[in-house]
Amino acid sequence: MSQNASGETTPKTISKSDAWYPTSQRDLYVVRQLVTKDFKLKYRRSILGIAWSVLNPLLMMCVQAVVFTKLMSRHDSSIPNFPIYLILGNTAWHLMSDATNAGMQSIIHAQSLLKKVRINRWVFPVQKVLFAVVNYTFSLVAVALVMTVFRWTLSPWALMVPLGVLYLTVFCIGLSLLLSALAVFFRDVIHLWGVVLTAWMYLTPLFYSVTILPDWMQSAMRFNPMYLYITFIRRCLLWKMSPGPLIHVGCVGCALLMLAIGYTVFRKLEDRFILFI
Amino acid sequence: MANDIIRASEPGSICVDDVTMTFNIAKEQFNSLKEYFIAMTRHELKFKPFHALKNISFDVRPGESVGLVGTNGSGKSTMLKIIAGVLSPSEGTVTVNGNIAPLIELGAGFDRELTARENIYLNGALLGYRKEFIEENFDRIVEFAELQKFMDMPLKNYSSGMVARIAFSIATITEPDLLIVDEALSVGDQFFREKCERRISELVSSKNVTVLFVSHNAGQVKRVCERCIWIEKGNLRMDGPSVEVADAYANMKR
Repeated sequence: MSQNASGETTPKTISKSDAWYPTSQRDLYVVRQLVTKDFKLKYRRSILGIAWSVLNPLLMMCVQAVVFTKLMSRHDSSIPNFPIYLILGNTAWHLMSDATNAGMQSIIHAQSLLKKVRINRWVFPVQKVLFAVVNYTFSLVAVALVMTVFRWTLSPWALMVPLGVLYLTVFCIGLSLLLSALAVFFRDVIHLWGVVLTAWMYLTPLFYSVTILPDWMQSAMRFNPMYLYITFIRRCLLWKMSPGPLIHVGCVGCALLMLAIGYTVFRKLEDRFILFI
Repeated sequence: MANDIIRASEPGSICVDDVTMTFNIAKEQFNSLKEYFIAMTRHELKFKPFHALKNISFDVRPGESVGLVGTNGSGKSTMLKIIAGVLSPSEGTVTVNGNIAPLIELGAGFDRELTARENIYLNGALLGYRKEFIEENFDRIVEFAELQKFMDMPLKNYSSGMVARIAFSIATITEPDLLIVDEALSVGDQFFREKCERRISELVSSKNVTVLFVSHNAGQVKRVCERCIWIEKGNLRMDGPSVEVADAYANMKR
């Protein structure tokens, strides 16, 4: 599509070619604007504002730490530091659940826009995932606080964390593309996803160690993508070791597979969205 | 045909080629998987096809101003949505080149919780404007809308007329290659309506902007457009100089 306008402009208007982004750059700016919008709206009219992004995971961790160590008094010697173990798992889990919950409904919520403006539809689910990643970045401040309190030092492996987050982001984008497309045609998906997330959460070792599971479940765990991503991050920060080739391959594989599925389904269905929203 | 291809590559040109739009009106609306599968297993998925547009073809040259008239439910809005690129036709092709500024239901893409200032940036991004361009022209947008005092107020406190002013102002601050106006001028007070019409006429006479204008007001179509297309019950009834077509439409026997 040609963007350059020929012919002269009237004195009152600015040269057309300066006003518009080329089509390829347009989406990027739209995504940025939408993420900014979500961020502004999330904390508007709250006194602590952005501090909640840090406080929330911190308080969640406190509640769970008290429940599982004091009330249920379980001591698992395989976990070197339970609060850090908890908060690393929880924050990564919330990145996925926030991203997919918001991403799933993004097309339905953007309906008034999609009916009037030509815009690439994938922008909406992707934007919701990126917004969840921004929030996750803030929750890392909470992780840093907890690690400082427990005098937990960083190893060079901590530098691998951004890579793990990137894999998880790609995985979430794929999943959100899939869910958002399905939710347009069957709103049931929205209700069902809440149940799936709860079941999935209990099946993922967030507040227990994988070693307490029966053997067959331990070996099945390698097919749980969230277990792979969380293990990746925990190995880097908690166990101060390399994520290992198996976890690496698993994380990349799940991310690419999910993206391929999500993208294919989304592209197949997106032309008919407008008839159902 | 070769001529068509050359023309279709210029920004602002529209080439509508044998477009048919068929909606499957489901006899029942399925809102859940369960209902859908029950109906499917019973082979009760019945659809009634409805042709909103039947074999429509027309070309619009860059810089031309075209009015679209037709009674309610005749397919004008469907045509506009196909041209705007939000709906894909069941059959046929539509080729549109250049930047489109759609004035279809003013205020789409605004977030009511955000302030007017934030909305101008968001809406500008959705239209494809550069960030620097919006920053440079922010004051002119506000000035045209005449809402300088209300920029930091959330849009939910705005009246529909005020929203329309901002939306119109953003979309017409520069010259798009194609401006689509769908009865947008029916909102807002009389003075702003006149101002909008003047601005559209200005864009029309610049000859840099292709204008597609939907209105029920035959007089307005004659004032703004040089050419007019009449779509009636999904068929292209007439295509010619706006004076002739608008008069024929106004005098139609029902």
